[in-house]
Amino acid sequence: MLDSSLQQLGSALRARKISSVELTQLYLDRIAAFNPALNAYITTNAELSLAQARAADVLLAGGKAQALTGIPVAQKDIFCAKGWRTTCGSKMLENFIAPYDAHVIEQFNKAGAVNLGKTNMDEFAMGSSNETSYFGAVKNPWDQKAVPGGSSGGAACAVAARLCAAATGTDTGGSIRQPAALCGISGIKPTYGTVSRYGMIAFASSLDQAGPMARSAEDLALLLNVMTGFDSRDSTSLQRDKEDYARDLNKPLAGLRIGLPKEFFAEGLAQDVANCVHTAIAQYKQLGATVVDISLPNSKLAVPVYYVLAPAEASSNLSRFDGVRYGYRAPEYSDLTEMYEKSRAQGFGEEVKRRIMIGTYVLSHGYYDAYYLQAQKIRRLIAQDFADAFKQCDVIMGPTSPSTAFNLGEKGDDPVQMYLSDIYTIAVNLAGLPGMSIPAGFGSNGRPVGLQIIGNYFAEAQMLNVAHQYQLAIDWHTKQPNVI
Amino acid sequence: MLHKTFVRAPEWEIVIGLEVHTQLSTSSKIFSGASTTYGAEPNTQADAVSIALPGVLPVLNKGAVERAIKFGLAVGAHIAPRSVFARKNYFYPDLPKGYQISQFDLPVVGQGALTIQVEPLSGNGKSYEKVVRITRAHLEEDAGKSLHEDFHGMTGIDLNRAGTPLLEIVSEPDMRSAAEAVAYAKTLHSLVRWIGICDGNMQEGSFRCDANVSVRRPGAALGTRREIKNLNSFKFMQQAIEYEAQWQIDTLENGGKIHQATVLFDSDKCETRAMRSKEEAHDYRYFPDPDLLPLDISPQWIEEVRATLPELPEAKRARYVSELGLSTYDADILTGSREMAGFFEAALTSLTPIPSPAGGRGEQAKLCANWLIGEVSAQLNRDGLDMVQCPISARQLGGMLKRIADSTISNAGAKEVFRTMWSEGGDADAIIEAKGLKQVSDSGAIEKLVDEIIAANPAQVAEYRSGKEKVFGFFVGLAMKASKGKANPAQLNEILKLKLTK
Repeated sequence: MLDSSLQQLGSALRARKISSVELTQLYLDRIAAFNPALNAYITTNAELSLAQARAADVLLAGGKAQALTGIPVAQKDIFCAKGWRTTCGSKMLENFIAPYDAHVIEQFNKAGAVNLGKTNMDEFAMGSSNETSYFGAVKNPWDQKAVPGGSSGGAACAVAARLCAAATGTDTGGSIRQPAALCGISGIKPTYGTVSRYGMIAFASSLDQAGPMARSAEDLALLLNVMTGFDSRDSTSLQRDKEDYARDLNKPLAGLRIGLPKEFFAEGLAQDVANCVHTAIAQYKQLGATVVDISLPNSKLAVPVYYVLAPAEASSNLSRFDGVRYGYRAPEYSDLTEMYEKSRAQGFGEEVKRRIMIGTYVLSHGYYDAYYLQAQKIRRLIAQDFADAFKQCDVIMGPTSPSTAFNLGEKGDDPVQMYLSDIYTIAVNLAGLPGMSIPAGFGSNGRPVGLQIIGNYFAEAQMLNVAHQYQLAIDWHTKQPNVI
Repeated sequence: MLHKTFVRAPEWEIVIGLEVHTQLSTSSKIFSGASTTYGAEPNTQADAVSIALPGVLPVLNKGAVERAIKFGLAVGAHIAPRSVFARKNYFYPDLPKGYQISQFDLPVVGQGALTIQVEPLSGNGKSYEKVVRITRAHLEEDAGKSLHEDFHGMTGIDLNRAGTPLLEIVSEPDMRSAAEAVAYAKTLHSLVRWIGICDGNMQEGSFRCDANVSVRRPGAALGTRREIKNLNSFKFMQQAIEYEAQWQIDTLENGGKIHQATVLFDSDKCETRAMRSKEEAHDYRYFPDPDLLPLDISPQWIEEVRATLPELPEAKRARYVSELGLSTYDADILTGSREMAGFFEAALTSLTPIPSPAGGRGEQAKLCANWLIGEVSAQLNRDGLDMVQCPISARQLGGMLKRIADSTISNAGAKEVFRTMWSEGGDADAIIEAKGLKQVSDSGAIEKLVDEIIAANPAQVAEYRSGKEKVFGFFVGLAMKASKGKANPAQLNEILKLKLTK
């Protein structure tokens, strides 16, 4: 049951071979057993989950089930879910019970899915190792000395450790793809604007995008079908016809042109990761694809540009956490200014404060032109690089992260080293393109390696097809960590 | 209250620019569906967006944009085909997001102009026309309110107003006196109500003015300005600007320097006081709001909005002068509000249902204007009513004016008809009939009456004929008394004169 695809689980539920309550309880029991060590979840609420499961069972019994009805899905703790504690990994929201549902949560509720719990994450999604969470680091289920990646580290861990059937994540600079790679699962960040950001606690509004995390591309397609769609409450939500992301899964890959950016295979890429990616490319050739060498000349600027723009937006987005209306307020203060200062100094962690400082600085009078405006210009150049590349190829492939999972604490005191672990993923967010990561083997230390697939705007169905065909041929995605 | 009068040294020139926040009359907020009704219980109109819950997003209210376009068209301004919402970042408890969504580099309304009639505030100066340039107008959201009373040392926060749409209208520093500033503010106030984008209620904060004031020697570069915040009446605006300008002149003449600052006007002491100096002012760290797309306004949208614009006061004023022959003074008052102009036009139409070219219509327009500006306004004032609450309809007034015009009633009779209509209602003709106010215009009847009076008062007749023309009034009085006030005065005068000189 734990290794079943969502399609299989759905069939079993509809055939009444298992009830949603039984399935939900099975996962709740596993969470109770393994979460103390892995720390993938911040909050579970059996009462709420089982109530949803019972409601799903009624639908299933009545023959009114949809694809995901009754399936337990773990929600990243960045999505507001009515009645659920929603912390965003921060002390600031340690006791915040969301009074409303995010669009993503609504969509899963409408589909009859069960909210299994809220997964751990880097504080306000700022981090690449899940170590900045106020609720403690998440362990990589493949090796508990290692980080799971971040910021959707709890989600990646939960999927890999079979602590949920599937999960949601969000990706601002790689926060779905990098943890997916480091935990050996599949994850996709769709085109910016495809999934509504309503109710998703903002980090960097122009980059944030939600997406699914699961064990296979086929599962991702079913999840994406539920998560996407126009939402009038998000002005950046795109008005497009609803599409079936599973429609092209079985298309053959003959004639597929894969672009390999030389910048993604240069200095800084670990040899074992490079080997896995090259092997995967060779396997794609066997599936009928051809390879084109391409260049993304401005991609080397992606990390610095990102660390101007994302903190700039974050510094403003996080201003609402001021201790006035909700969230953490310092117990003692003598005046308004001190209330702000102490509440925010005590309520936010180090990395969040670092980024607020950077963001405030780059938006300040006298620095705005040199940093923020300049970064916006380069952002356009980076998007243009991709536009040029897609004239020569259908999809772009490369490593998701330059190395396999690093050890907990290894990069803790060097933020720049930490930032560089997203060096291949960030440019995709800056361009607003869809990107995904699928398992592509293991490094020399036995930790998973991810293959990144980047598509053109709205090419999610094609990317899922590309990933699925690989997963039909090669079984990396079925491997599971032996610790469990 | 103290009132100080100031003597302005003639060698100084005062320079004033105004920033006016007009609250747009949409029923919901600029970025959410919450209601904007004034005066609700605190925080009952604060939805998830208004209190800035984590994860909520702004969605632009098209009604606010339409009102901005209307304003732009009314002042002949360029409407930006693309404008951008920006975040203005600062911390304050009644600013729930920690930033205000406003427009910075690219406002929705560009340069325009407003023609004003300046009435000197005192002395015997003449009124004159002036064109004030409008720099820009931009859309933004209002903040909530901090309530400092009643909370035992704590501050209450009411977020009902947070997110209410505002159009901030910025003028060039084109005004040279408090009188000009007040005239501009009044004209703008009348215009925004005229085109229906703002209710103009200054008590409720729907129309708030900030004045940037500086002084200089004529011809010199602009002096350092100080900004007087939150002027919520035209009287305070005048007093504040006069005080501030005099203070700056005194400071400079005593060898001091003006530092850029924000000041508040204390209406009790009638003086301005610095709130904070600009050196310690915030760096607002403006940047484009990534939650909102650029605001694109198509030429079609502009034309759709243009089609809903009423005739503007300036055009109407000019038409009243050229077509109806009214004085600019009358035309100005009649176009002071859309209600007044509407009442005037409706009354005039019912007075002369068929517009006649020049001649008669001009006199009737003057008659109508006189009554509206005179009796009607005075009575409204006495009863503390607005034009819309006027107990007499335009049709009723027109009906009465018609009877003045055709000499059915005298002016004195008309006043009685008016009083009756005001307190009891009814049509002029019915009141004239019921009260027997129809004046006697039958010359035979008047002649008979005059003959009787002359016969009864030979001494006074002799006096008059010997050159004491003052006694004429005596005869008029007697004749009026005898006719119970109904004799047509013009006719009576004529006949009396004729018979007395015989």
